[in-house]
Amino acid sequence: MAQRQEQATPEVAKYSALSLRTLTSRLWVLTRRNPTMMGGIAIVVFMAILAVLAPLLNTIDPKEIDPRNRFLSPSMDTWFGSDNVGRDVYSRTIFGTRVSLIVGFAVAIIATFSAAMIGVLSGYYRKLDAVIMRFMDGLMSIPSVLLAMALMALLGGSVQNVIIALCVVETPRAVRIVRSSVLSLREQMFVDAARALGTSPLRILYLHILPNTLAPLIVQATYIGASAVLVEAYLSFLGAGPPPDVPSWGNIMAEGRNYIRRAVWVIFFPGIFLTLTVLGINLAGDGLRDNLDPRLRRRM
Amino acid sequence: MTGYIIRRVLATIPVLVVVALVVFALIRFAPGDPAAIIAGQESTQEEVEGIRRQLGLDRPLPIQLGIWFRDILQGDLGQSILSKHEVSELIVQRVVPTLSLAVLTEIFALAVAIPIGVLAAWKANTWIDRTVMVFATLGFSIPVFWLGFILIFFFAVKIPLFPAAGYIAPSEDFVSYLHRLALPALATGVIIMALIARMTRATVLETLNEDYVRTARSKGLSENLVLIRHALRNAALPIITVVGLGVAALLSGLVVTESVFGIPGLGRLLLNAIVSRDYPIIQGTILIISVVYVIINLLVDISYAFFDPRVRY
Repeated sequence: MAQRQEQATPEVAKYSALSLRTLTSRLWVLTRRNPTMMGGIAIVVFMAILAVLAPLLNTIDPKEIDPRNRFLSPSMDTWFGSDNVGRDVYSRTIFGTRVSLIVGFAVAIIATFSAAMIGVLSGYYRKLDAVIMRFMDGLMSIPSVLLAMALMALLGGSVQNVIIALCVVETPRAVRIVRSSVLSLREQMFVDAARALGTSPLRILYLHILPNTLAPLIVQATYIGASAVLVEAYLSFLGAGPPPDVPSWGNIMAEGRNYIRRAVWVIFFPGIFLTLTVLGINLAGDGLRDNLDPRLRRRM
Repeated sequence: MTGYIIRRVLATIPVLVVVALVVFALIRFAPGDPAAIIAGQESTQEEVEGIRRQLGLDRPLPIQLGIWFRDILQGDLGQSILSKHEVSELIVQRVVPTLSLAVLTEIFALAVAIPIGVLAAWKANTWIDRTVMVFATLGFSIPVFWLGFILIFFFAVKIPLFPAAGYIAPSEDFVSYLHRLALPALATGVIIMALIARMTRATVLETLNEDYVRTARSKGLSENLVLIRHALRNAALPIITVVGLGVAALLSGLVVTESVFGIPGLGRLLLNAIVSRDYPIIQGTILIISVVYVIINLLVDISYAFFDPRVRY
């Protein structure tokens, strides 16, 4: 992995040097050439629209209990059916999009940002490197769902704590990626030149090195987002996520699991939404990787 | 070779120490009073104090750390807060179901992933390749527990081919032992399968462009022989690596699958412990699972050096 990243850096440097405008027009051309990435982005945008417009999409209060209408099958009135206490599964699923996307985006942004800070320091200062990377290796040796579960057991269940736990879990891998690009960047001519001009180390780090790690980092951010959405559902499902009344996909499915013979739709529909969202983010990430990091294209 | 093995083994020691430190820190650096968190909201002051003493949380931090390392080096993972059983004994009792499921899952994943990965590489950039790749991406986007329930719904409820849940020890009835593990292995295996299939495709694709593959083809070797003897064989090492790394996904998946299918393994032990905040069990299980993961990847690295002398340097 490390070696691959190091090879990629000259390309990375070239691409991120482009101005924002040429980058957007470039992205547009590339998007037309890459239908799977386009499909992935379309799914993510669709889910984002659902999340924002949730109250307007023919939904009712996702927490409203209606015991007379328990276990209704999917029909023209109740599109996705109703659950064991008569809540509308369609409304719950649509509102669930909010929880998942908030967790996904928040973790992607916070974990990527912290990884950039830690990775740049670790790659640039040899003495910090050994300590930081041993620590990151240790964190990475604990399977992610298990570490997140253990953290949740201590932090207590809330959306905010899920975000914190997932950031702890997701940051180390991104740190590794930033660090390995920094390791090769610091040997580059333009860094030497900046150093020779007497630029301060901090300025070199944040003006010359950090921007050049952006491309692999953006790709990693999408994978982190996908993983966060998925693991949040795992945590909710296992009862280690937000409190059960929060309509998150994992929570809806956790309740549906007990009635699978009677009302399979309770678990079916949120699962489809979850799978589609994660698939969309992953496809977008694969496409971004192929386009931002051409050297990686032939791998994976 | 011996030198390389010694170096690799020594390099895992700091990783294991950090894992032990993280697991140690998990409880100590929780916001609030850890003993009170473990005892739960409806506990008396005495119960909280009892837990504090049992876990040694009333002592200074460096001493706690010393005791923690002394205990785990002796294989002592403490006692369950609720049942008072030794955590190490609880773990040993649960190993067989988890291990069986893990092995079965891995066999299933490899049996499917390698052929379709090779096929996708061989038919690179055709619709076959694209279909395989989209399904592979779908494979690790599907939540394991959801897939488990969908499988239960179709193959246990609608068409009752398999039992919906439960576990039978292999010594009791070997056939129904396998029969009961089939659906869980399938559910957990899909994600591993997707990872391995993607890696197989990528590396086989790379070897297919090598000179020796062209030579093999031009001397008239059949396409099957070229693919298996030359391309796949040389792609074997990266595939082994991804199998090793995939063990993390496997272990995470097992926790979930065991819960879905009611298999009394390590994952269930951990999950029940989390629900009841039985922290010694949580710590012990996570520690053991992580150590297993580190050791598997150590073995992968060593086998890498064994098959490819260039790595030994």
